[in-house]
Amino acid sequence: MTKTIADRLVATVKEYGIVVAFVVEILVFSAVSDHFFTVSNLTNVTLQTSVLAIIAAGMTFVILTAGIDLSVGSLVAASGVVCALLLKLPVPAAPAILLGIAGGIAIGLLSGALSGLFIARFAITPFIATLAMMTIWRGAAYLMVGGRPVWGLPEQFDFLGSGRLAGVPFPTVVMIVVYVVAWFVLAHTPFGRHVYAVGGNAEAARLAGIRTNSVLVLVYVICGGLAASSGVLLASRMSSGQPNAGLMFELEVIAAVVVGGTSLFGGRGGIIGTFFGAMLIGVLRNGLNLVGVESYVQQVVLGFVILLAVMLDQFRKTG
Amino acid sequence: MTTPPTTGEAVQNHGTSDRPLLRMTGISKTYPGVTALEDVDLELMAGEVHCLVGENGAGKSTLVRILGGAERPDEGSISLGGRDLSVRTPVDALRAGIGVIYQDFKLVPHLSAAENISLGQLPTRGTVPVVDWPALHERARGLLALLGEDLPPDRRVADLSPAQQQMVEIARVLNHDARLIAMDEPSATLTDRELDNLFGLIRRLTGQRVGIIYISHRLQEIDDIGDRVTVLRDGRNVGTFLSANLDRSNLVRHMVGRDIEDERSRNVPDTGEEILRVEHLRRPPSVHDVSFDVRRGEVFCISGLVGSGRTEAARLVFAADRKRSGRILLSGREIDPRTPRQAIDLGIGLLTEDRDRQGLIMELSVRDNILLSRLTALRRHLGIDWKRADEASQGFVEALRIRTPDLHQKVVHLSGGNRQKVVLARWLFTDAKLLIFDEPTKGIDVAVKREIHALLRDLAGRGIGVVVISSDLPEVLNLGDRIGVMREGRMIEILGRDEATQERIMQIATGTASGIGSGQ
Repeated sequence: MTKTIADRLVATVKEYGIVVAFVVEILVFSAVSDHFFTVSNLTNVTLQTSVLAIIAAGMTFVILTAGIDLSVGSLVAASGVVCALLLKLPVPAAPAILLGIAGGIAIGLLSGALSGLFIARFAITPFIATLAMMTIWRGAAYLMVGGRPVWGLPEQFDFLGSGRLAGVPFPTVVMIVVYVVAWFVLAHTPFGRHVYAVGGNAEAARLAGIRTNSVLVLVYVICGGLAASSGVLLASRMSSGQPNAGLMFELEVIAAVVVGGTSLFGGRGGIIGTFFGAMLIGVLRNGLNLVGVESYVQQVVLGFVILLAVMLDQFRKTG
Repeated sequence: MTTPPTTGEAVQNHGTSDRPLLRMTGISKTYPGVTALEDVDLELMAGEVHCLVGENGAGKSTLVRILGGAERPDEGSISLGGRDLSVRTPVDALRAGIGVIYQDFKLVPHLSAAENISLGQLPTRGTVPVVDWPALHERARGLLALLGEDLPPDRRVADLSPAQQQMVEIARVLNHDARLIAMDEPSATLTDRELDNLFGLIRRLTGQRVGIIYISHRLQEIDDIGDRVTVLRDGRNVGTFLSANLDRSNLVRHMVGRDIEDERSRNVPDTGEEILRVEHLRRPPSVHDVSFDVRRGEVFCISGLVGSGRTEAARLVFAADRKRSGRILLSGREIDPRTPRQAIDLGIGLLTEDRDRQGLIMELSVRDNILLSRLTALRRHLGIDWKRADEASQGFVEALRIRTPDLHQKVVHLSGGNRQKVVLARWLFTDAKLLIFDEPTKGIDVAVKREIHALLRDLAGRGIGVVVISSDLPEVLNLGDRIGVMREGRMIEILGRDEATQERIMQIATGTASGIGSGQ
């Protein structure tokens, strides 16, 4: 019954292996690059990673239910484009911006609700349902703007992607808020615990009287909403609505969640791991850039990091 | 509405003039190819412990799953406290005050014991509902204390022992303030002390007029706790009896029926050399100590209750799981396969109980399923010699009399018995020396059952070692030249053909035989 200190240490490292990996990564890059461990660079990393990290928070909900959402990259484009188009309406800047943000995010909520409906009500596998959404929204994004980016957005809109609050980039602030709320919801609300229950044993959850279909729909709505929010932030940072924004984002986002220790089979993992998973990938990019590793090599390294993380996860499960 | 009594001893009422708490009337349920329940009636009085007994597959679990809203019946009605009740979902049942402990109910492994106990109704506080952890843990501690269990409520369920997990499931149902609690084999994983606690709790509940439906294979428990007993056989209600009026042999007779002891006339075959010897196999928690041997020409049956470790022991021989300790000898040579592939190469085959999910590839044809394990043997140049493949599979279709329009029929369109034959053909094609059959005739109708029995005998006669795991006692007695009976992960006794009777096997399997220790 009683555990030795060594057992505890092993257990801790297993549970928070991602944190250990993250710290090691920071130490290595600090050693090889003078510019790495500076306030300006680290702030920069959080800014660059924020879009990825915000979507990964939503993806964590989905993957905890043993699902997957491939549509997030396309939603980044679709929401950005819709937002940009609404901003170009002939109304004063302030209402146009509010309308743009709301419209962009609404696209994500709608898409998530549709995916969730197909998955929960019609028992279509998440992979297929969201693959369809991915194609639909990418196509819709190009269609809405005739394949060309939308430029000339109001200057005030730039604040979302490029502004700072007390020196902290606004997207970073959003990211922090999203993570605090997401952590709280997953750890301390009935809905959050139901997410774990559905992913851990869907039949048990159903027999316990949990409305599993509602839980499923809601996680896709959350994921879609957060992906669309990221799309709006990205549109602001690029001062344009780009129909090819967010290409392949879904894979990077899934990688962040998995590297963070959330099981693709559902029921196990959490938002803290995802945060470090996203940051690990962000820091890796940034650090390799600073050291001067070219981007093709970065891809290869990233691939191996994903493999390593999943192996660590397997070890955790069986060992 | 009333159950026609099949024997003079059957009773309809509990002696009191109360209205029944629960009345299930004319419940029928069919699954593709199997009738699970046919026109079953069941009555439960408030404060009564009503036991449901029957062999595996008799329909007990289906009946309580319908009661709990986990399944919908094809026909029939349920009334609770005199009022008709529509139980379409688990939520409906819980709202009506029906709590069910499902046999195959698994908890959510990575949530805590307390969360599992309150799953679906976590206590909250605040305007934005936030889980009230202290209240949650307090509630769990209280319910577990009722069961005499003091495990920490924040412990993850995955880290609990099977008995503790069972306690968590029982506590979960108590949490719903149910008027009626159905327990499907709650005792399978419990020790004697824990069982005493459970019985104490049941008596307290019945004192509060809660009705209990209790399913168990251990007949001793029915004597100890039951007021009335309803026997199900092949999905039908055979009769309801006062348990005080029912002795054990009568009960077993009702459970198994009488019309089966017809074909025990054949000769005991010459048992030649040993094909398989298994010594002290161990892999806790399900297999503790299993030894037996199989000789050329005989069919060796393994009997025992569900959960006694039969399947798990077979999986160790096949290397589907790795044994912790023990020895396996095949034709006198010690072997230690590490993967099923190695076991197959050594000549061992396992026909799993769940043939549809673990045995067959439903969307492939009869031919492809038969040849799957040894396509390499049919190689010609770079491809497959399809002419020979057709000949080989056609041979099996004829020899085993697989009823299929042609070789290209998808297996998904075959009946259960014919699917079983396809799996069998695949193993025969691998030139196996030893075949282990796990519930080979489960869900298969009587005619095909006989054919499969004849096939198994024939295999044994041709020198293949045949091991049959079965919960069907008549089948075990009919097929087995020797019968090993397991209980709680141990091979308790191996009976010769002449000493084996249904009662004897049941006694050993349920641990009620005189002179045999309780195992723990």
